[in-house]
Amino acid sequence: MTSQEILFTYTLRLADNALVLGQRLSEWTGHGPFLEEDLALTNIALDTFGTATSLLEYAAKVEDKGRDADAIAYRRNEREFCNILLVEQANGDYAKTILRQVFVDAFNILLYTELSKSKDETLAGIAQKAIKEVTYHYRHTSSWVIRFGDGTEESHNKIQDALNELWRFTGEMFEMDEIEETLAKQGIAIDAKAFQAKWEKQIDELLTKATLKKPETVFMQTGGRKGLHTEHLGFMLSEMQTLPRMLPDAKW
Amino acid sequence: MTLTKENILKLISVIPDPEIPVITIAELGVIRDVIIDKENVEIKITPTYSGCPAMQRMENDIKEILNKNGITNLKITTIYSPAWTTDWIPEEAKEKLRKYGIAPPEKTTEDKSWLTGKSKIVLCPRCRSKSTKLISQFGSTACKALYQCQDCLEPFDYFKCI
Repeated sequence: MTSQEILFTYTLRLADNALVLGQRLSEWTGHGPFLEEDLALTNIALDTFGTATSLLEYAAKVEDKGRDADAIAYRRNEREFCNILLVEQANGDYAKTILRQVFVDAFNILLYTELSKSKDETLAGIAQKAIKEVTYHYRHTSSWVIRFGDGTEESHNKIQDALNELWRFTGEMFEMDEIEETLAKQGIAIDAKAFQAKWEKQIDELLTKATLKKPETVFMQTGGRKGLHTEHLGFMLSEMQTLPRMLPDAKW
Repeated sequence: MTLTKENILKLISVIPDPEIPVITIAELGVIRDVIIDKENVEIKITPTYSGCPAMQRMENDIKEILNKNGITNLKITTIYSPAWTTDWIPEEAKEKLRKYGIAPPEKTTEDKSWLTGKSKIVLCPRCRSKSTKLISQFGSTACKALYQCQDCLEPFDYFKCI
């Protein structure tokens, strides 16, 4: 791989995580449990799409093959997506959506804090922007985790079920492969392993406050970076990509 | 018109924010720089929020007003660093927001009291009461939250401090 391909792949991974999560969150638009939460998730989706757009535009520029951000988002197949499995999981109930979000928000705060010091100026700039937004999101989603967990028996059970199901997807966030290691050595990418303990401590404290218990033994799932996804991504993409694929030249 | 940074700024500074028309995009802090190179004009802008849909409209408004004034060799570049902050909004503009019914960002982003669980006191833009409560952390646009005054009962938008 050339250094250009390495940077493209890394940027695309960051972009796909934001794009797929943004799409999932936007599925709640008009379906939120009540108006304020509908607004909240729609706003969080908008910020997430904003970050995805900045990253996709940069990926297109690095790749320099004449594809623009839209072409990368809408004309790739499932196996070409390199997001982590956690973000593509179906929304489920509100507790599951919130828990998935809190895992990602807490991770993104740590990631973007480090990435804002990257030697790559564009990635650093995008991270400086995103950090403010994800910090705001975390305040919202973490307060909901406590409300669900420490709320009624039903809300507690719902978020506990979500925890049992989603925990196995959290390990993948901290994986490092050759691409990330190469770029980390150059001061461009971030070594996510380095802040894994910090993330776990923060999440443990939150779960304790919310009276929730992590599942004891789990086998961490992986594969997203290599394009090996769970069954959920294909269905999501088919909805997301229908219009641009049916009418490739359609404009707003 | 001679092509100078000051002249260009004079033209584009008056453009109102598309969603909050009482303040200008210059007061909002979106315009970061104007670079003149012979006949070419480059304007650097920064987004308020990554996904703010008003950014496209602001770009179009800048283009329109400059084209009208005969400036066509124009490039608008989006920059991300330094990241936009509500600290850039001057006091006069905050007062305009208040009069419009939007509570302006309280204090500055240096204030980290929320980390310790204390929430900010947001004054009601109508009666200035301190007794207000947060209804929703997210509001009608990316930059706002929803509050309600406990005294005059007015629900209002609060411009989030970021």
